[in-house]
Formats: sequence, C-alpha cells, structure tokens
Amino acid sequence: MSEHTQHEHSGFEPKIVAFVCNWCTYAGADLAGTSRMEYKPNVRIIKLPCTGRIDPLFIIKAFEKGADGVLVSGCHPGDCHYTTGNYHARRRWIAFKSLLEFTGIDMKRLHFSWVSASEAIKWVDLINNITDEVKKLGPFMEYKNLNV
Amino acid sequence: MPRIGVFVCQCGTNIASTVDTKKVAEEMAKIPGVVYTGDYKFMCSAPGQDNLKEIVKEHKLDGVIVSACSPHMHEKTFRKACESAGLNPYKCEITNIREQCSWVHHDATKAAGTAKSIDLTRMSIERLKKNKSLSKIKIPIKKRVLVIGGGIAGIQAALDIAEGGRQVILVEREPSIGGNMAKLSETFPTMDCSQCIMTPKMVEASLNENIKILTWSEVEKVDGYIGNFTVQIRKRARYVNEDLCNGCGLCIEKCPFKAKSEFEMGMAQRKVIYTPFPQAVPNIPVIDAKNCPKIQKDKCGACAIVCGPKCIDFKQQDTVITEEVGAIIVATGYQLMPNERFGEYGYGKIKDVISGLQFERLASASGPTGGEIKRPSDGKTPKNVVFIQCVGSRDEKKGVSYCSKICCMYTAKHTMLYKHKVHEGQSYVFYMDIRAGGKRYEEFVRRAIEHDGAMYLRGRVSRVYEKDGKVIVQGADTLSGNQVEIEADMVVLATALVSRDGADSLAQKLGIGYDKYKFYNEYHPKLKPVETVTAGIFLAGTCAGPMDIPESVSMGSATASKVLALFSNDQMAREPITANVNRMTCNACWDCLVACPYSAIEEDAVKNRQGAVIRMLARVNEGVCQGCGVCVAACRSKSIDLRGYTDEQVYAALAAF
Repeated sequence: MSEHTQHEHSGFEPKIVAFVCNWCTYAGADLAGTSRMEYKPNVRIIKLPCTGRIDPLFIIKAFEKGADGVLVSGCHPGDCHYTTGNYHARRRWIAFKSLLEFTGIDMKRLHFSWVSASEAIKWVDLINNITDEVKKLGPFMEYKNLNV
Repeated sequence: MPRIGVFVCQCGTNIASTVDTKKVAEEMAKIPGVVYTGDYKFMCSAPGQDNLKEIVKEHKLDGVIVSACSPHMHEKTFRKACESAGLNPYKCEITNIREQCSWVHHDATKAAGTAKSIDLTRMSIERLKKNKSLSKIKIPIKKRVLVIGGGIAGIQAALDIAEGGRQVILVEREPSIGGNMAKLSETFPTMDCSQCIMTPKMVEASLNENIKILTWSEVEKVDGYIGNFTVQIRKRARYVNEDLCNGCGLCIEKCPFKAKSEFEMGMAQRKVIYTPFPQAVPNIPVIDAKNCPKIQKDKCGACAIVCGPKCIDFKQQDTVITEEVGAIIVATGYQLMPNERFGEYGYGKIKDVISGLQFERLASASGPTGGEIKRPSDGKTPKNVVFIQCVGSRDEKKGVSYCSKICCMYTAKHTMLYKHKVHEGQSYVFYMDIRAGGKRYEEFVRRAIEHDGAMYLRGRVSRVYEKDGKVIVQGADTLSGNQVEIEADMVVLATALVSRDGADSLAQKLGIGYDKYKFYNEYHPKLKPVETVTAGIFLAGTCAGPMDIPESVSMGSATASKVLALFSNDQMAREPITANVNRMTCNACWDCLVACPYSAIEEDAVKNRQGAVIRMLARVNEGVCQGCGVCVAACRSKSIDLRGYTDEQVYAALAAF
C-alpha cells in the first residue's frame, strides 16, 4: 500500500470486477492458480465467452453495484478464439472510453488488458497493480449513491 | 421460489487449507431460495457425485451450485451428475474457488479466501436464479479429416484414420511428404536408418485409397466448426501435370540448370526441375519457377522436349481447392533456429561449422557425400569434430528459454555415427547438462561416451574461429576448471528447434492458441494433450513443442483415435450456448450481421397471407453460431441475447457483488 493512502483510506479494501473471456484470460487466471502464484484477493471475475460480449452497460452496472474498479481482459489481438471478438471489444472500448469518462468514471478505475492463457504472471501483476491503484483512489461512491 | 442446493468442495486440503468451506456453506444457507447447503471432501469423487444426485432428488432441487475447482475442470462432470438426477444440466453452475481463490490467496487464517468464496458463490447463486433450461444442439458430422503437414506425425495420423475407414486429405507444403524425419540418417536409440523406416510409411500413405495427398500445397482459409469445416487449399503451380507424369525422371536428367538443394540443407545442388530426394512421394517433379529460365525468360524448355507423356506445362497456375471436412489435425512440425544469430560460433562465415541437420545429411547414405563424413570446405575427412549443444536452447537472452529435448540424444548419436565412419576420429561434446530421459536413452549416451569414446566437456563455448585451415574452438571445461582450446576440423551446432515459419498465421486461420514461441497450445497440458480450444482441431508432433519421433508418432495416433471416436456417430451434441433474436423488437438494422465472425446471422423475411414480404428480421443459424456474443453487444435495440450468458444473468451476478 502506498504511503499517501495510509491516512486517507486506511483499511479500505477495494472491490474489483473483472470481465474476462473464457478462453484466454480466464484460463490465464486458472494457470496462476495451478502455478500457486499469489495475488490480492480483491478481484471478482465474471466469465463471458468473449470480450466481444461485453456491453458497456456492464461496466456502469458494476460501478453502480459497488465496484471500485473494473477490468476488461481478453485474448491478444489476432488470437481471439472467435477470430475477431476482441477487435469488437477494442473498438467499443475506444468509442465508449470518452463517454464513460464523461459520465464521471475516473479512467484510473477502468482497465483494459490482454492476458493470454499462458500469461499467469501478467494476470497476477495486473490484479496487484490495479488493486494498489484503486486503493489509492479510495472508494468510488458517486455511482453507489445513485441507489438505482 | 427457486430450490437451490449449494455444495462446497474442500478438494482435500486444496481448498480447505485457505477457505473455511463450512462457513461458506452456512452463509449461503441464508440466501433466499437456497434450500440445501453442505461441504464435502471431494465433490468430484464417485461418492461425492452420488451424494449430489441423492440430495437433488431428496430436496427436489431445481438448481445446483458447486463451489469447487475451475469450470474448465469439472463443469461437465457436475452437469452430467445433475442430468442423471433429473435436473437440466444448464441449471448447474460452478463457482471457481480453487484456481481463482484458495490457490492464489495463501492467507492461513482463511479470512481472505473465505470472504472471497462467499462473494463468488453468492454471485453464482444469483446468476443461477436466472438460468434457463437448455438442451444440446445436434449437428451432423462430415466424416473426412484434413491433416496439415506430411511429416511422421501427420503420416501416422493419416494412416491410422485411413485404416479406420475414413477419408483423409493430407496437405504438405513441400513437394514431397516425409518432413524432417526423411532427412535424418539414423535414429536414436536404436540406430535404425531413418529412411528405411520412414519411406515405407510414405509409400503406404500414397497407396492407401482413403488418403488423398496434396503436396506443394498450403491451407489458405478455414471456415466452419467441428463436424463441418470448409477448407480452402492453395495447390501451388508445379508446372508438371500430375495426372500424366509417370515419374521417369528424364526431365530432371536433361535439365541444364541447378540450384541449392533445400533437402540437402544447402550442401548440394539440385536441378531446377526436381524431386527433393530419390524416394519422394509423390514421385512427381516440380519446377523451381524462380530459377527456371523458361518460366522467367522463355528460354530453354529442355524438360518439355524430352518428356514422353508431355506433362510439362509452363503455363500452369495455382489452383484453390475447397474441401469439406469434419475434423482437422495440425502436424506442421518444426524447423531449426537460424544459426546466424550466434555470431560467436561462426556459422555462415566458417564453412566447416554446420548444423545438426546438415550433419544428418553428411552421415546419410543418400546424402551429398554418400554417407561419408567429409567436411564442406575441402571435402577432407575431419579428424577432430566438436559438437556444441544448447545452441539457442535454454538461452533466454539470445535464443529460447526452453530445452529442445532431442539435441542431447542426437548429438550422442552423431558422435557414434562419426566414430563408426571415421574410426581414428575424435569427437568432443560441449554440454550444459545431459538430458537423456526415456527408454534406453541414458544407456545410449553412456555407450557414446564409454564405448565410442566421445569426449564430453561440461561447459560453454565462447568463441569459434578459423586459423590455418582449422576451426579453433575456445571454451570452458567447468568440471576441471580449465579453459579448453580445441583445433577442430569441423564443428556441429545442436541448434534449437523452433516452430515453423507462418505457424502463427496458420493458428489464426484455425482459431487455435499458441505460446510466445508460436508452438500451438494444447487444451490441457496433461489431460487433453492433443486437443485444442477449438473443438474438432487436434495437434500432433512438434508443432506443439519439441519432442522426439516416438512421441510424435504417439501423438499422431492419439489424434487419429480422437478423430475416429468423433466420426463414430452421425451427429454430435453441441453446447447450446448460442445467440437468439427477439422477433418482437428486432428492427433489422443488421449490425449483428456485420459483427458476426461466423456469418451465422441470416435475413429472415416475414410474409403476410398474400406472400408479400412485410418485414425483415435477423435469425441465428444455430448450427453455425459459436456463442461468442459479439452480436449481443452490437445490437442497438437489445434484441439479441446469448443463451447461458444473458444480460439478465450478468446483471444478477453483478447485483450480488
């Protein structure tokens, strides 16, 4: 934990939702387990067949339901199990990024990454880094207060 | 109100050591709709499954949660158990509290693991409440197989499947099948001649009525899915009519032009119209268009003049063949890492520094020297030969991090071959470790050292240079702690095995995964070693990673058994994870049609009683749909949903977060 968060959000454990594809990132996260690597327990994975399935509304909904950070991760470009699903995800990400920013979501709370089925180490680093970063930012209250 | 049962698995101590499974079960009992909870030592064991079945019946459950290992491990097991207890299998959900919880959070107080397990299980329960009963989709199977790569692994797979009575299309990029094994002289540890055991298999494949061999061809495009692949194969122009050619070889004899032989690893010349080696299958020559003056400048044409059956056709074009197959076996093999990368060993600059495969050709009776060991620079018999192992292998900085697995064995074989051919010669081997795991392998290396007098030096070579017609090798013998300098006549580099050029682009055409070295990923490294994540596509041989001949053959046969099992039914049941359109709200914007990678969206015309089209709607072809869900996110009117991954299910899981 970084020093600057100590006084501000001590004891705060962020909750991170990870929307991952079944074939690359989910398998990569499984590999981290089979390899008995350790990472921070703040992430809750939601498995989808492909990152192309991810509706930008999922992300907003995740924040509304209590997430402090969101991660979207799938296969590397060119490696999609469904050939081009991750390209759709990437395009959508580019299109919606500024909209999400406009809706008041700090982009430091929202991460997009490619983690393949063999990149357990990348997954571990990713989760640790995101957890640290979101911890610094503190709880994300704006959406939770909406009470929709 | 739903009637859900929650089963928390301890997995021995795999889960229970960092997760309080009892507490997880107790917490879940508080959730509305949960009527049974319990934890158990091994849910996947037979008693565990029986217990699950009994409880499903006893409590009249309409939904089951198993919090255990990754769904990639046992989702099928538990869904099957539920099905046999009378529950729809898709009303069973797995929570991953092992790979993604107990194994990655090592907190011995169990606080972190338990809290996360509770969260994850709760999310699963809420998701399950939105699950619908689904039934499997039946799809027909085309009982033909495509084998990509005609090396030993591909040939073995093709022969086994043909023997099982199914048709095989064997595609090979080179003019002949045979692959790397056809280039070898002898094989370890039995020392039987490679061509003597390989060529009969090649001939057998060519004579088998069920095998159609397409050489000088490459897979261009792959569409479809398990049971129903459509493959486009580019058959490159051979400039020889294969139907007419009788393989007399007169054209080769009369051709006045030569080029470097790829088969002889550049150590000999071949004609411009050629077969790569005498036992080539098919025994039909190919014209090397780049070096043929007739094709380039319309001069010569000697081959066409002498050809009896008039099968030379300088105007021949590439053709694209379309084949329909039910399964695909990938057996594209390996190549050697370019040695030029290792400047300190002088490969490419010093003529007498050669690769392991070049040594194979030197030692081969059908090779450029007729099996006599003669060094390339002046044709003299080398008296001192240095073999350097791990050139590129186990060298993350300059080469690859993995062990190429076969080099220790083939280097030992090389020293023996050399000793058998040059009795007074002395071989030196620089090694890092000797890895000789395998039946009769260790004994083989001992024989090279003790019986055939190979001098093994543990250490690395720092420099190889030329001096007065000798190749000086400077290295370290770390066991004696001395610097060593050997005046060698020839140096053989045991270069790393790497994946084939273009391995990545083929993987992308097939939709299979590969690692950072472009070796193809198996579905599961232990339990599904020949399957890939794409159903119906299998792996054989060194395209999956370095391995020796017995392993490649085993993998070839393994893929054959998988394919024959698949082909034993006329239909196969597929997961019902497909998209479906809400016909009430679809406004035919066709965003889904554009987005779908499988062309599974069809245009459905709604007609009135008079037969006039009144409305267009999107319709999903369930046979083609692979369930990626790209269309769902693309749909602006929210008229498509994905069975098994509906918006409702995702939102329910998020709400329980």
